Amino acid sequence: MRRPVPRRKVVTGIVLVAGSVAGAVAFRRRAARRRDRVDVYFEDGSMVTLGDGSPEASAVLPLARRALETARS
Amino acid sequence: MDAAQALTDLTEISSQIEAAIVLDAEGSTLASTLDEQRGPEFAQVVQELLAAVRRASGNEGGELAQAEIATGEGSVFLVRDEQRTIAATTGPEPTVGLVFYDLKSCLRSFVEEKPKPKPRPRRTKKDEEAGASA
Repeated sequence: MRRPVPRRKVVTGIVLVAGSVAGAVAFRRRAARRRDRVDVYFEDGSMVTLGDGSPEASAVLPLARRALETARS
Repeated sequence: MDAAQALTDLTEISSQIEAAIVLDAEGSTLASTLDEQRGPEFAQVVQELLAAVRRASGNEGGELAQAEIATGEGSVFLVRDEQRTIAATTGPEPTVGLVFYDLKSCLRSFVEEKPKPKPRPRRTKKDEEAGASA
């Protein structure tokens, strides 16, 4: 005869699964945010990176998304 | 090599490039991998993007040479020379150096071949003798 799984173990399992899912979602969101950036290279060899969240990048990134959307539509 | 042929070669060489367009200094389309419906809209967006990148970067280091705008959905690359701009789209996380290299090679291939100079008439011994006696 099978003994019932103790409630504590069930709760621990649910918490572990929920924590893993939340962690994975947070990691993916953070990774996606890190990917959004603008790298500009000048003729004199200098380079500037505009990160996501900066006002400069926020003017450029939507246009890039529009370009990708147009190219793929 | 003409622009259309150069773009065909580019998309054959680089599997990462999904779409590409070449614009002249005035913003007119020289060649595009997109059809007649999407091409003009893409050209318009690329011009707006180029202007936005110039404004955003503040032109700190002089003239813009190239740029990568990376998003979670993919990247847009811009490469310029004195006369033209080439723009290309890729999927997410492309091999940046390789894409820039391919785009620059594509731009270089547009350089028109100079017409060969006409061969000068060969001087014959007779001409030389005539020149010497004069």
